[in-house]
Amino acid sequence: MLVYLIRRLLYVVPIALAVSVVCFSLVHIAPGDPLVSILPPDASLQLVEQMRKSYGFDQPIPVQFGIWLGKAIQGDFGTSIATSRPVSQEIYKAVGNTLMLAMAATLIGFTLGCFFGFVAGYFRDTWIDRVAVTVSILGVSVPHYWLGMVLVIVFAVLLPWLPPTGAGPGSSADWAWDWAHMQYLILPAVTMSVIPMGIVTRTVRALVGDILSQEFVDALRAKGLTDWGVFQHVVKNAAPTALTVIGLQLGYLLGGSILIETVFSWPGTGSLLNAAIFQRDLPLLQGTILVLAMFFVVLNLLVDVAQTAIDPRIRR
Amino acid sequence: MVSLAEPVPLIIAPSRGYWASVGQRLLRDKVTMVCVVILLTIILAAIFAPYLGLADPYRGSIIRRLRPIGTPGYLLGTDEQGRDMLARLIYGGRLSLFIGLLPVFNAFVIGSLLGITAGFVGGKVNAAIMRTSDVFLAFPSVLLAVAISGALGAGILNSIVSLTIVFVPPIARIAESVTTQVRSLDFVDAARASGASSWTIIRVHILNNVLGPIFVYATSLISVSMILGAGLSFLGLGTKPPEPEWGLMLNTLRTAIYVQPWIAALPGAMIFMVSIGFNLVSDGLRSAMDVRR
Repeated sequence: MLVYLIRRLLYVVPIALAVSVVCFSLVHIAPGDPLVSILPPDASLQLVEQMRKSYGFDQPIPVQFGIWLGKAIQGDFGTSIATSRPVSQEIYKAVGNTLMLAMAATLIGFTLGCFFGFVAGYFRDTWIDRVAVTVSILGVSVPHYWLGMVLVIVFAVLLPWLPPTGAGPGSSADWAWDWAHMQYLILPAVTMSVIPMGIVTRTVRALVGDILSQEFVDALRAKGLTDWGVFQHVVKNAAPTALTVIGLQLGYLLGGSILIETVFSWPGTGSLLNAAIFQRDLPLLQGTILVLAMFFVVLNLLVDVAQTAIDPRIRR
Repeated sequence: MVSLAEPVPLIIAPSRGYWASVGQRLLRDKVTMVCVVILLTIILAAIFAPYLGLADPYRGSIIRRLRPIGTPGYLLGTDEQGRDMLARLIYGGRLSLFIGLLPVFNAFVIGSLLGITAGFVGGKVNAAIMRTSDVFLAFPSVLLAVAISGALGAGILNSIVSLTIVFVPPIARIAESVTTQVRSLDFVDAARASGASSWTIIRVHILNNVLGPIFVYATSLISVSMILGAGLSFLGLGTKPPEPEWGLMLNTLRTAIYVQPWIAALPGAMIFMVSIGFNLVSDGLRSAMDVRR
């Protein structure tokens, strides 16, 4: 286990390094001078040269990368061009909101997905199974940003039950765990949960079907185990794979929240990315993408380690 | 956000009647056939839109903005600038389908090329190609698409480039694993022993056996690509107004949800329909090609 853990940790280093190279190169595939959005159009050559120096753009690219990475590791992603505040501060504020949204969505999606998946797997080829399969196909096919709009139309416009957008009453960005705030979380979280729900349903259904058709289940039944006992064995066998899927889904939701956050004006990393793109705020864009990608890399690692810890068959 | 790596059935040694039997099984699959008909209708309507006698999708009018669905002369109402929704939805299929389908096609060509090369050559070439795809697979797909097209700037071409980059690594990975499996089978050794050149082995023995599974996998990506492509336009990273495109229409109609909520939802319903259609056709194709069933 320890050897595996060390090997897996070592494998993360080159991936993380390569991911940061990709994030860093985003500035360099962007058309035009990265300084063009902050300099006045009639800036003198001298001023341009001075700015270039102060941002470090006069150095060779590998040196620039080294300096950038060194600072990024210490949590310094530079200064936002649009707001002049440190990028790390902006990201810190936004990541909390996105994490909350993604975790709520994962929780809903996992619960519903497991329920549908187990029911469908147990009652293979009955009408219950067909309903569950249909739900899962709808879940993976729906453009979630559109589903968000439809939910707003139904539950905020036609029925005035929930607030359509935002993350709390008034303009204050401070979150509190009371109904006044939580009602803002319901629609975006439900919208987001549809994707993991579809995928978890599909995975769990296939898993349960596979497990039930194995011989040990017949053996358990033959020795007189109750249905509940058999069910516990099925859960134990399905858990590692289901956990892997849901861990990865959390990562996908964290990184892919931009569309849903745009629909609901949710003040998370997606809204931050949106602002960074349209204000050509490249340090903010670089920093946010790096942080989100690193979340995904670390989640992948945790999922692998957790799976190995739970399921001894994987250890090699 | 959607998992891009799923197991694909490996089908070995298609006999002469293999494709005929796949076709037969597809024809018997009612769900798939219904989806094929719906998709073909949408695609053909988009292609031949100028000959369908529709209203001009660009001409608006201030006095007939946001007419409800069913208004005489405007079957599906009008949008926020008074343009005919039916015409815009049908014309919208042109760009939306283009932005959704082209990246998958590009990625199928590039990804197969890279994956088959990696699988056949092996060694350092394999390591170089596969480790590079690992890096791109370390990004959630939506994030990667938004990051690249955000850095490149808005535009149809940039959306297509960024989506292609998103889909090449997963296709390359599938292609590599299928090729590696096929390469180690007995008939490849037999061909080599009987003096076939590497090129002949690739052309006759490898390609014939690997392209099917890769193709099935690629079709399963079309739905994701449609959703992401329209999503980029929805964010303002794809098409620019006044072009009719489903994602962009959904975005500009957002202001109308308090006046004509169902009209605002129509472009998304088109994306949904096409996305379900391609998913079901891909599922049908997968099970029709799985000879073990």
